[in-house]
Order: sequence, then structure tokens, then C-alpha cells
Amino acid sequence: MTATENPTNYKWIGTRPIRHDGFDKVVGKARFAADLNLPGQLHGSIVRSPHAHAKVVSIDTSAAEAMPGVKAVVTGDDFPALDPTHPNFDTAVNCMARGEVFYNGHAIAAVTATTREEAKAAAAAIEVEYELLPAILSIADSMAEGAPLANSNNYTRFVPPGDPSNLATVTNLDRGDVDQAMADADVVVEMGFDCAHVHQGYIEPHACVVDSGDGKANVWCSSQGHFRVRSMTADVLGVENSKVKVTPAEIGGGFGGKTTIYLEPIAAKLSEKSGRPVKLVMSREEVLRASGPAPSAELRIKVGATNDGELTAIDGWMAYGVGAFGDMAGLIGAMSVASYKFPNLRMETYTALTNTPKSAAYRAPSAPHAAWAIESVVDEIASELGMDPIDLRLKNAAVEGDLTAMGMPHPKVGLVECLEAMKASGHYQSEPVEGASRGMAVGFWFNIGEESSATVNLNEDGTANVITGSPDIGGSRASMALMAAETLGIDVYSITPIVADTESVGFTDVTEGSRATFATGKAVVEACEDLIGQLKARAATIMGVEVDEVAWVDGAAVSPGHGGGESGEPLTLAQITAQAKRTGGPLTATASLNAAGAGPSFAVHCADLKVDEETGETEIVRYTAVQDAGTAIHPSYVEGQMQGGSVQGIGWALNEEYIYDANGAMENASFLDYRIPVASDLPLIETIIVEVPNPAHPYGVRGVGETGIVPPMATIGNAIKAATGVRMTSLPMSPPKVLKKLNER
Amino acid sequence: MQYAAPTTVDEACSLLADNPGSRVFAGATDLVPQMRSGRSEPSAMVDLKRIDRLTSVSHADGQWTVGAATPASDLTHNAEFVGMYPGISEGAGLIGSDQIQNRSSLGGNLCNGSPAADSVPAMIASGARAVIAGAGGQRTVSVADVVTGPGRTSLADGEFIVEFEIDDAPISTGDAYLRMTPRTEMDIAVVGAAVRLTMDGDTVSSASVVLGAVAPTAVRVPDAEAALVGSRLDDETLAAVAAAASAACNPIDDKRGTVEYRTQVAGVLAKRAVVIAAERAQKEPDLHVTNTHQLHRQRRADRLLVGRLHVAARCVAR
Repeated sequence: MTATENPTNYKWIGTRPIRHDGFDKVVGKARFAADLNLPGQLHGSIVRSPHAHAKVVSIDTSAAEAMPGVKAVVTGDDFPALDPTHPNFDTAVNCMARGEVFYNGHAIAAVTATTREEAKAAAAAIEVEYELLPAILSIADSMAEGAPLANSNNYTRFVPPGDPSNLATVTNLDRGDVDQAMADADVVVEMGFDCAHVHQGYIEPHACVVDSGDGKANVWCSSQGHFRVRSMTADVLGVENSKVKVTPAEIGGGFGGKTTIYLEPIAAKLSEKSGRPVKLVMSREEVLRASGPAPSAELRIKVGATNDGELTAIDGWMAYGVGAFGDMAGLIGAMSVASYKFPNLRMETYTALTNTPKSAAYRAPSAPHAAWAIESVVDEIASELGMDPIDLRLKNAAVEGDLTAMGMPHPKVGLVECLEAMKASGHYQSEPVEGASRGMAVGFWFNIGEESSATVNLNEDGTANVITGSPDIGGSRASMALMAAETLGIDVYSITPIVADTESVGFTDVTEGSRATFATGKAVVEACEDLIGQLKARAATIMGVEVDEVAWVDGAAVSPGHGGGESGEPLTLAQITAQAKRTGGPLTATASLNAAGAGPSFAVHCADLKVDEETGETEIVRYTAVQDAGTAIHPSYVEGQMQGGSVQGIGWALNEEYIYDANGAMENASFLDYRIPVASDLPLIETIIVEVPNPAHPYGVRGVGETGIVPPMATIGNAIKAATGVRMTSLPMSPPKVLKKLNER
Repeated sequence: MQYAAPTTVDEACSLLADNPGSRVFAGATDLVPQMRSGRSEPSAMVDLKRIDRLTSVSHADGQWTVGAATPASDLTHNAEFVGMYPGISEGAGLIGSDQIQNRSSLGGNLCNGSPAADSVPAMIASGARAVIAGAGGQRTVSVADVVTGPGRTSLADGEFIVEFEIDDAPISTGDAYLRMTPRTEMDIAVVGAAVRLTMDGDTVSSASVVLGAVAPTAVRVPDAEAALVGSRLDDETLAAVAAAASAACNPIDDKRGTVEYRTQVAGVLAKRAVVIAAERAQKEPDLHVTNTHQLHRQRRADRLLVGRLHVAARCVAR
């Protein structure tokens, strides 16, 4: 089905029903991972490395094993050694060190006991002897000539095999003639930037309960994808996927950080050894020290432009610091360069290993760093040319067919529409309040499709259960119900959306890449369309007409040959399901797919802020986020994603950062000193949803979860520049850094 | 671990004498996090909130008597107290969140020994005294003499603070407390500055300036006080206050701020607190009531209201 160009024709899509899971959350009935308790359950505690990089000489667990209440102890020796080429080799080592610890906080042993206190006491009694190894704590150290290795198991990817390296990827993207274009440019701006590690900051710490009785690990946990928890846990344990069952709990925030595992194999092994269910819950300190932050980054960006504002070339150097296990952060950073036409482009990128916690995905991973640098430089170009920053961007905005940095043409995208919406907004059309200054910036994210399954069961009373395997991290259950209601033509509250366990629904990839409403939603719509076919066939039987004489209109079968009136007397869905037993049995349909055509989403943000020039404090007084949602299935949750992304970006921009001591220990591993914004730090985040439907989704959906975190850093940096004349180039733009720059002015 | 809730000062004194390694607490807003992180493992916890004297606030004979375990919110909601000591109220009203302030106390904030304690600088600036009880009886010391270093106090084992005595502020006196935190709430002062001024017309007749979070303990700044007394708060005086405050700093570099930043901003906040204290000194007492705590509250309420209006507008538009 192609996208409908007139969304106002929808009956349900675009409305704002109360979310189906809302009541349980409001009254406290919703069960998150740490809320589950099983009979006979034990509590676990994990021993973590106090060193950033060390060889493990010995682990003595004898004292701990003799302590009261202790039922089992595990170390790396309890897990199979995976081949280094195994895709989950790094995950396994990150879950539990074997012979070498790679960051302060790395799990080295675990214990389970009758009470949490006993487990903690026993963990403290496990003696580990370390031999310190040189620790790599910064990107510069990692990339230095002759630097010691952060992890000798790492080899540079996508190149012929060589020696172990601190670089996980080294990539170059190149098109046109950048050097000539820079030489020909009327204006060239080049600047360097850096970003500290930041955490996703989900409120719910990682937690799980695992019962490994009867030869199967039964896992209850909160994650963004329980099928991935299943496969990763199985790989780390060295068992078949079918030997692990994962039941999803409600999730208290993930933002990319819950797309991997930390605790589940450890709890499974402790359960296997003790014969009892085991619960593991991270403390906030453990979450910060040992679960994924976003990478740090060093970037240098040079942009050339003509006097009339055409951006002719970009030359970029980006290095991302990802912890001690390789990924592709650098390459993805370059790939996220996609907002402007740039006929000439060169991107040299690196993914560098450091002895810091293994980075994990965080909302549009790698894109915020790149956009912070590029959008700051583009802002400088606009001021040098004396152009309105939106006009400059409109002149260069990527449209369908323009190439991303990777050289792939954009499908239909809505950047121009977003820029125009911002330009026309009440915010942009009015002057900043007295003492405030304005900045704006653009953000882009690809979004992904991947595999999804959905089963829709119609009940005898005409209601429907919509069963998917996509954990709901942002209101997706309400969106599934809306799409099912629209397709079937029944009331949204007659639908019960369910997120089922790994044995009750077909395989479904992780809720990541802003894919759930797009890909899983598409599966739901396909299953509903299948059901409509079945309903029409049943109706034909009941009416005594041919099936091709039956149409499905507004939740009912109609046929001109049936009953009175011109178009026939409708037979409602509930009337058909009530007679299901007589007409062929239960009505149920399943759809599964590997979705292609995830539509990219662009965002444009604008901030008005004041800078206290004596203290370096920034106060944001007005903030507007514009984003292309394709079609907003449930506008409140689209706005929620836009606001949430903006707020996390504002925190990243102003105060959030990992502070390490000289030995690589995180000094601010608490929400007191790792400063995510509080409500009074923020103005209302005003939202404007732009709808440029995605042709690859039946209702035009684009993912909306991630793009919102991409523009805030440059938006704020550009506003600080407007307010003070000072260009901030280091994140976070915390009061001490701003004041220092102001002093140097 | 034992928990005890004595109802008299004497009972508390004997409990503490009989249980070495025990800790007194009021709101426990510092103690419980310390215990959770393993930094404190008391053998017994002695709850002081059941002792009436520890949670009473009275004003008689030219003196306020504030029970050491009185919740901060009891003070910040006491219009008479806030009217006379807006600066102390500002300090108490900046500790943690509203929920924390329903538990946290001046006594706990002081005895926790943090150089960054928000309620301490203004108490020192107002010459507050601490009445201390222990097995050996009671003694009264200046609040300035209680904390001796980070996490350390001059209280002997088994001693605790019963109440604070604060003399009525002289006529034409105002105090103020400002702190710098990267966040508006739920944060620990990177720099704090309390100022109390008594004015004689346009001229400062008496001044005290106390900084927090810039040295191992809260520090008075005699040079700033000397610059203020006799002045008319001209720009030159304010610059001298700022310079003296910066010079009085002996801070550390840590996760919350750098030496350079703390030193510079201490001067800025001291100067600004002087201006606020002077305004308050020159106004009628009942105009003192608007303190930063209430301003924060107002700002939050305004934002919530604006948010609701926007949501309502969107719903209507839809």
C-alpha cells in the first residue's frame, strides 16, 4: 500500500488515545525487571575491577564460598571460551573478564547468596590479584605512535589481517575534488571539536531474574530486544538459542543502552550452579561504571562555501573512543553526514579503543558528535556570509536523490519541509526575549527496518489481541493498536497490544534504529490485512454471496447482494467473529517480514538562551523541535520522542560527562554528580511535527525515536556564540568551560 | 544493626554513651546514602526526631531557637523566620529536593561536615550558636566552630547538637545566600556565598561574608567585611569584596569544579549576595519573604502552567 497523502482522512491514526499500558504504570502495577521475584530466589553480587587495564593473576573465591548464605560463585572460567572471531566474543568478555580486565568496573567474578547483604559481603571477600597493564584513557593516547594496546584481541576491520591494533575501523569516504573545491571556495571555516563520554541515563538500572532449572535458562529482564538477549545469552553460555527463553519486563528507559547484555549469562550460570533462581540488579554506580556510555570523540571539520551560500566541500576527520572493544562508531559518524548536498566530500574516520567502559548505542549513535561539529562550522559560515542560518541550510538541504556521505541517494525526505516549518514557527518569527540569543541546527538519522513478526488474534466478542516481539520503549503498543484499529476499522480500545516472550511470537529484532513503529507496525498492518481477507470470506459464507462481492468498509463487510439498501446491510467484525465457530474456526493471522525502506528522519531545533557571563551558566529560555515523522501515528508519543531527545541532547550539551581520574576510575558515578538535567533546568520543549509520508510504509511512518538527540548540542553552541561571541568547541559546555572561554576573550 | 528512637535528650545521651560506633540522625538524607555506598557502617542508628526539643522552633526574648532536627521545610515555610533570615532560609531551601527538605535538617547539614553545606554559611554569617549535648552535659559554641574539616566536627563521641540559637537580626539588617550549581536543583554547591549586612541609611554599619565549598570548611572573609563596613556599596567596594572573596578561597579541583572556577565565581557570588542583602536590609521586614527557594518554585510552576497551556492548545488544534 502506498502512503496516503492526506492523513486527515484517517479515523484513528493521528489521534491521541490514552496508552494501553498507561493505567498499570500510573498505579504502580507495571512490573519492571527488578520487580519480579520467584520462590526460592537468591540474590547475586558482582566483583568489578578497580583497575582500568590489568592482567588477572589469580582469583581466590575460597573465603567467599565459605561465608554464610553463599550458594555459588562464578568467574570467567565457568564460561566457554568463544573463538575471537565469534560475533559475540566481545560481549562474552565484557560480561565476565577472563584473565584480563579492560576497564575499571569490568566484571571479574560473581556470587549468589540467600540475601543481597550476604552476596555483597561474599563479593567483597573474593580476592583478586592483578598485574597492572598500561591503560589507554584517551583517543589521543590510543592513536599515538607506538601506543600500548588497549585490547590485544582487537584487529582493524575491513582491511587485510594485520597486527592487533587500537583502531577498530579506519575508513575514508571521498567524492569530488575536495582540495580544489576548498581552493576555489570564497569562505573556508575549519575547527576542531571534542566530546566526553556520556551515558544514556535510563532511570531503570539493568536487572534480571534467571531460573536455569530443567536444562533451560528462563530469563526475565527488561531490554530493548529479548530475542537478542536470547541469542547473546545463549552464545555466552555456549548453548543453543532454544535453551534460553526470555520474557520481557516493562522497560524503564533504554535509549540504545539496553540493546546488549551484561547480567543475564552471569545470573544463568549462578542459577545453574546453585539450582535456584537468581536475581541480579545493578546499582546506579554499576550502571555508570559498567554499562555502555556513548563514545567520546575528537573531530576536525572544514567546510568551504561560495559567497552566495553554496556549500561546496566538506573535509572531515573524526575519531570516536569506544572503550576496549571494537565497533564501527567512526564509520557511522561519517555515514551520518547527510544533511547537505556537498558536491565534494572527504571523511577520514577512526574508531579508537580506550580502557574505559564498552560503549553502547545511544540514540542515533555517532550522529550527535558529527552534527555538533558540522552544524557549528555551518553556523560560522552563515555568520561570515551574513546569511540567515535557515536560509543557508535551505539553499543546501538534501532532497530526494541527493547523496549521503556514503554515496547512497536519499529517498523521499523532509529536510526542506522541516526548515520551512521552523522558519514559519512562532518561535523563529519572534525576537528572543530581552537578554537572550538564538541558535539553530539540523539533525539527521537513517532509521532501520530489519525483521519483525506480528500475530493478530480476533476474539469472539469482536476485540483483537495484537501480539508483537517489540519491547515498547516509547509508546509503540499504542501505535500498534492505532494502526490495527485503522486497518480493521474497529475501536482502538477494543485492541489489546501485547509484547510476548521469545516462545510466543515470531522472531523480532531489537527495538532500535527507530524501527518498531515502522517495521513491526508494518507487520501488524499486514496481519490485519490478512484478517480482512479472512473476514470477507467468512462474511461471504454468512451472506451467501461470492467473496469478491464483499468489501470491507469501516469495520464491517458489505455486499450489494446482502440485506437492504444500495450497498447492502453491513456485517460487523463482531458479528462475524461471533459466528467464527460455524464458519471455519478462530480468526487469526501472522505476518513476518524483513522491512526495507525505513525512511530517514530530519529534525531542526532552535534555542533561545541566556549566558551569565560572570559564572558561565547557560539558561535555556525557549526551545523548539521540528521533526519529520512521516505520519505521526500517535502524535503525543511522537512529541514525547522529540522532547525526550531534545532534553537528553541538552544534558549532553551542557553538563553531562564521564569524569575519570588519572587511573581511569570514573569519579562521578552517581546521578548527583553525573548531571542529567532536572525539570527546572528546562523550558517547555515546543514541538512541531512535519509529515512527509514514507512511501515504504502503509501509513507513511518514519522512525522518530533518535533524530531528536542530534541537533541540540550545535543548537546550543550556536546560541552561546550568538550570545557571547565565543565559539564553544568542547562538550559539555559546562559553566567552568564557558567561563574559561569568556575569560580568554 | 540497631535502631533507637529516644524521646529525651538525656535518653539519647545515654544510648550514645552505651553504644560506641553509633550514629545520630535526623532526616538521614546523608547517612542513608553513605550506608548504601558502604562509607558508613554504624553499629546503631539513633533517631533524634522523636525528641520534641530537637524538632521545635520558637521565637522569644529576642532569640530564635531552632531544634537541630527540624525539617528544612518547616523553616522555609515559616513566614516569620523567612522574613527575618531570608539567607538562612535560602540555604535550607536549596538542599536536595522538596522531598529531601521534608527530612533534612540544619543540624544534619552542619554535622555532615561538608564544606559545600548550603545552610551553613548563612548561619555563620548570622552568628548562630549550637547547643551541644553529651554525657558530660551541655555546652554552647559558635556554629563557625563546629566543622573542623571535610566530614570532621569538633563534637566529641556521644555528643550531638540539640538546637541552634540565633539572635534577632538588628533593625535594617538583611542576609542572602547564593550558590552556584550547574543544575538548578538536586545538586551540590560548587561555590556558596552568604552575606549579612546591617545598614545605617546608605552606609553599611556591619557586615559578615562567609563562603562555602571553596575551602576545607566554610570560611569568613574578613577583608571583604572590612571593605564593606563604612561603604555605600559603590562599584569599587563591590570589586574589593569580589577580590577579597576570591583571595580567601583555598579550594580543590574535583568532579564538581576546578580551583580556577571556584575562585573566580566566589568573588562573583559574594558581590551579588552583598547587593541582595543590602536591598533586604533597606526594606521592611515583611518584604523579605521572596527568597530564591520561592523563586525556584515559582519558575517551576510557571513552566508547568505554560506546558499545560501548550498541550491544551495542541489538543484543541487537533
